[in-house]
Amino acid sequence: MESWKQNKVVFWVTALPGVVWLLLFFLIPLALIWGMSVGEKTSIIDIEITGTLDNYVRSFQAVYLKIIWKSIWISIVSTAVCLAIAYPIAFGICFSPARWRPFLLLLVILPFWINLLIRTYALIAVFRTRGTLNFTLEWLWNLAFLDRLVGPFQPLELLYNNGAVIVGMVYVFMPFMVLPLYATIERLDRSYLEASLDLGASQWRTFFSVTVPLTMPGIVSGIILVFIPMLGMFLVPDLLGGTNAIMIGNVITDQFKAANDWPFGAALSFLLMYVTFAALALRAFVSARIKGAVGV
Amino acid sequence: MARRTSIRGPLDYGKSPWLILFGFVTFIVLYAPIAQLIVFSFNDSKRNIVWRGFTTKYYAKAWNDASLVEAFTNSITIAVMCTVIATIIGTATALWLWRFRFPAKAAVEGIMALPIVIPEICMGVAVLVLYSRVGHWMRGFESGPIYWWNELFSIWPLNLGAITAAHIAFSFPFVAIVVRARLIGFNRELEEASKDLGASEWQTFWNVVLPFMMPGVVAGALLSFTLSLDDFVITFFTAGPETNTFPVKVYSLVRRGVSPDINAASTVLIVITLVATIIAMRMQAPSKSEG
Repeated sequence: MESWKQNKVVFWVTALPGVVWLLLFFLIPLALIWGMSVGEKTSIIDIEITGTLDNYVRSFQAVYLKIIWKSIWISIVSTAVCLAIAYPIAFGICFSPARWRPFLLLLVILPFWINLLIRTYALIAVFRTRGTLNFTLEWLWNLAFLDRLVGPFQPLELLYNNGAVIVGMVYVFMPFMVLPLYATIERLDRSYLEASLDLGASQWRTFFSVTVPLTMPGIVSGIILVFIPMLGMFLVPDLLGGTNAIMIGNVITDQFKAANDWPFGAALSFLLMYVTFAALALRAFVSARIKGAVGV
Repeated sequence: MARRTSIRGPLDYGKSPWLILFGFVTFIVLYAPIAQLIVFSFNDSKRNIVWRGFTTKYYAKAWNDASLVEAFTNSITIAVMCTVIATIIGTATALWLWRFRFPAKAAVEGIMALPIVIPEICMGVAVLVLYSRVGHWMRGFESGPIYWWNELFSIWPLNLGAITAAHIAFSFPFVAIVVRARLIGFNRELEEASKDLGASEWQTFWNVVLPFMMPGVVAGALLSFTLSLDDFVITFFTAGPETNTFPVKVYSLVRRGVSPDINAASTVLIVITLVATIIAMRMQAPSKSEG
């Protein structure tokens, strides 16, 4: 690597396109909504930056606090389920025959490249009242003669509740969780596991006392990678949750589209940003501590 | 337990029947809804629950829906423009961060990764605010150069410029990451040798560095193509009535319920993105085996 002073022309030619673009279409817009988040509406279209914290205070009103709390717990539950599914999958792929691994990994990642909207739509077709799942259940119901014994099958209301949102979140983000887990489990030194088993620890004990602590960086990365987009998710609660499962993302969208209260929407967006920064700081802190402890 | 003699060693988790079953079920759950969506796009039934025979009429119907085709054309146009510019910017950024040492580099790398880590909705509303501000300011001009600039950007495909610029902003950091990963395997001595032998900076780049990083550049380009084509949230905030993209159009249809035309249109989009993704992965693969 050379110092930037050695070749200033090449330095600036390669630096400027990215820096300018990021500045114009990312950093300045972010600065604008940050300014707006401490601003007030003076008329239908004019917003004045007054340095007020009213918009942030407003987001702690009971009605919004409830939605924020709901977004957080839905995201936590969905992240936990993602982890519970993705860990065994990543583990299984790492311990599968080497020639299978790239194929299995591709199989996990591929759905991630399919449009989020399309995957959510595919779930609607499965879960709606006249959807595949209810149809299958009805078929099983009739197969067991329950229609004659109990009465006709009542389709379940599977959509438009918190459960549907959690299922949707897990479905959409699970592949994303597998990648960081796979990356750390693959690098795991298996002699530690052998040592633990040789010294008499059970498989479960080995898993929880050796494997999990050693793969902690991957677990933390995976959690953050999945939790942040879940928290700001707008599509899944909108399409699967309807009006019963509103999350912050829906409130933000509403402020910018229908309600036309941009300063409040900006404040809510920046609350999300603050959470993101906190999560990233936490990740840096955890990985620094683990590096210090294990000495990797 | 670990000492029990069986065909399976204690660390052969890959042969555990439970783990295999679990993986099998997970893959089925992951793919079944998508498979159903694709299969039912060929189903000759409006209600879309029972198989009533093969038909391609919903593809024809989607093809004859002018607004759907327009949205699709817009999406492809945006994705192509975004790919070209994001690839150039991303490659330049990768070269910059790979080649130079400079003050506050760690901070710059952190900021470059921000579009990847922050929630999409934050970027969506930020871009919306930017464009409304700029639009508000530009509308004040009744004539003069800014007025003409305004007129120019209402002509297709330049009217898609606003959305494209936002797409470039979130996709070029991905290109930079992919290209930089490829560059790590590059032997810097080759660059020095080229310069020692009298090649100029540009000749060295064109004949030595670029051919080496080409697989990374192509993979990055295809990545930005799929990212742009798939984006809903950011476009949702910036799209106007005449600049609808395909995902935004599909969203407005989905809100009205399930219908086979959406299945047909979605299947087309799935095929395009998957083909691009698989080519991108093929391109990236050699760098791993060489490194």
